[in-house]
Amino acid sequence: MDTSRSPLEATGFSRKLAATIIIVYMIVTLIPITWMVATSFKSVDSAISYPPEVFFEPSLEGYVNLFTNRSRQPKDYLDSLPPPDTWYEELVRSREMVITGPSKFLPRYSNSLIIGFGATFFSVFLGSLAAYALSRFKVPLKDDLLFFILSTRMFPPIAVAVPIFIMYRKLGLGDTHVGMIILYTVVNLSLSVWLLKGFMDEIPREYEEAAMIDGYSRMQAFFKVVLPQATTGIAATAIFCMIFSWNEYAFAVLLTQFNAQTAPPFIPTIIGEGGLDWPAIGAGTTLFLIPVMIFTVVLRKHLLRGITFGAVRK
Amino acid sequence: MAEIEIKNLHKSFGDFVAVKKSNLIIENKEFFVLLGPSGCGKTTTLRMIAGLELPTSGNIYLDKEDVGYLRASQRDIAFVFQLFALYPHMNVRNNLAFPLKMQKLSRSEVDAKVLEAAKLLRIDHLLKSKVSSLAGGDRQRVALGRALVRRPKAFLMDEPLGTLDAEFRELMCLELRKLHDDIDATTVYVTHDQQEAMSMADRIAVMNEGVVLQADSPKVIYNKPKTKFVANFIGSPGMNFIPINEKISPSQSSIKLLDSSLNIPEQKEGTDSNENFLGVRPENLKLVSENGVKGNVFGVEYLGSRKILTIETQLGNIKIRVDSDTQVNINEQIQFDTLNNNQIIFDGSNDKALQSEFMS
Repeated sequence: MDTSRSPLEATGFSRKLAATIIIVYMIVTLIPITWMVATSFKSVDSAISYPPEVFFEPSLEGYVNLFTNRSRQPKDYLDSLPPPDTWYEELVRSREMVITGPSKFLPRYSNSLIIGFGATFFSVFLGSLAAYALSRFKVPLKDDLLFFILSTRMFPPIAVAVPIFIMYRKLGLGDTHVGMIILYTVVNLSLSVWLLKGFMDEIPREYEEAAMIDGYSRMQAFFKVVLPQATTGIAATAIFCMIFSWNEYAFAVLLTQFNAQTAPPFIPTIIGEGGLDWPAIGAGTTLFLIPVMIFTVVLRKHLLRGITFGAVRK
Repeated sequence: MAEIEIKNLHKSFGDFVAVKKSNLIIENKEFFVLLGPSGCGKTTTLRMIAGLELPTSGNIYLDKEDVGYLRASQRDIAFVFQLFALYPHMNVRNNLAFPLKMQKLSRSEVDAKVLEAAKLLRIDHLLKSKVSSLAGGDRQRVALGRALVRRPKAFLMDEPLGTLDAEFRELMCLELRKLHDDIDATTVYVTHDQQEAMSMADRIAVMNEGVVLQADSPKVIYNKPKTKFVANFIGSPGMNFIPINEKISPSQSSIKLLDSSLNIPEQKEGTDSNENFLGVRPENLKLVSENGVKGNVFGVEYLGSRKILTIETQLGNIKIRVDSDTQVNINEQIQFDTLNNNQIIFDGSNDKALQSEFMS
């Protein structure tokens, strides 16, 4: 018998099984994303052709359409125009159209960034303060309070859409960045408080006590000693909050229209000639994916530790 | 450095009383140990001196200034925690500099003080290391360094050697005491380990159930314990207690023990109770060939330089310390007697030692 291996180590067979499952899962998840990215580089015709084209001639038409508004013009009018200055004008002309101006995509995209990162920041900031207080101090009715915070997550947020819609209209918060940041912060706070409280509980009190004896106030000790040790929890929480705020669709449709509309309700409205402009939608979704992807990759080493953190007593 | 005085200090957590109306004076430059079993209130007392807990009532004076209700940061005291509490996100240098950063010193002053503390503790070669890469003893030194870097009025230590292994603990005991002497510190040290307490302390306060039972030099605590608890807690094994079924009167100098009589130091106090105890340390008993108390050898513990015999007698089990070359067998019939006059009578009604020629 082979005794060189610890009995706790996986056998060759189970390793292979695990690898197979992971690869299959990876393919299943990656196919739609790959298809979406591929579509963004197709021409309108090739995107809707049947059978679907796996190999195709790449085109930036989708991206050009995403960022511009265009109008179709008669051939003789197009011929009377001076030759196009730029490659994208040329591309649009070849479709017998002219660019009439930039599309709404950039403002919608930056709304998404402002609201997404803003809500994430406030969720984590307020959540960590609340979590610290609930972890360290004697708060009256602490358990009931924690349950109340949790209970706000027991129904889907959209269940309260009507009262929020009326409230926001009265308060003048509808279609504003501040309103959306407040809304997403509130929705995320319960998750943030509960997640971060778990992490705060794991940090021994001695650290902040040591800092307080060394001349720091509790607030200073919190920022200089407690928070740096909670980075794992903060990263994990921030990712969850960011993904929610970034992807949120229902409230965004309901509460935003012009000023503060985010990307999710905007992207499906990109309509081209004779139907949806799939390459442009593909391009919008691809670009929409990038910030969360970067955010998650940057924080991923914390995330991995964050998920298992606290599972084993150190 | 400073004198610390505790007056009528009281702390309760809900129904639980952690420290009961305690009084202590810790003198300037003294190495003072709070000793007691877990839950006796020693750590709570220390945390109140530090300002990490506020007293329910009573006062704490630091150099005659009442600091009992001040914030920890306003007291100029340093604290060494059992788990060291080194900040894992900083390297050794930043850990040492952390207390100085609140003092508005220039960068070069901070660097100089950090280096001085590091040299004193022989960790100057580790300044750039990560805290997590240090061995237990070095972590201990960094924790001490962080405490002494700003030269506070007093050092408070809560079982700082508790997590070190036995061999290293002895070494650190010596180093701690030497450090204390070198920098003329006033140190209050909490431990449940009597050996640590005995080897380092100028004075020891033994606590139990929130009460300071006795605060004296290690020698007095060991030889002349004022209560049965102290007598039993200090020394390994602790003191033997032999029940005496007679009332003790002042000036009495012998007691009846089974059918013989035993000389005791002349008593200066008497008791009302008929059930009292004779306390005698194992090393103050000896084996004799005749006229002693008879018993059977129940157990023999060989401890290298000595042996501890447990003798089953009509008076209960009694422990005797003998030389390690003394030959005795289990179940052997032997006799023993007192070696000297260092016996203490404890009043059975309140467990307190009676005043006598020996005790005073």
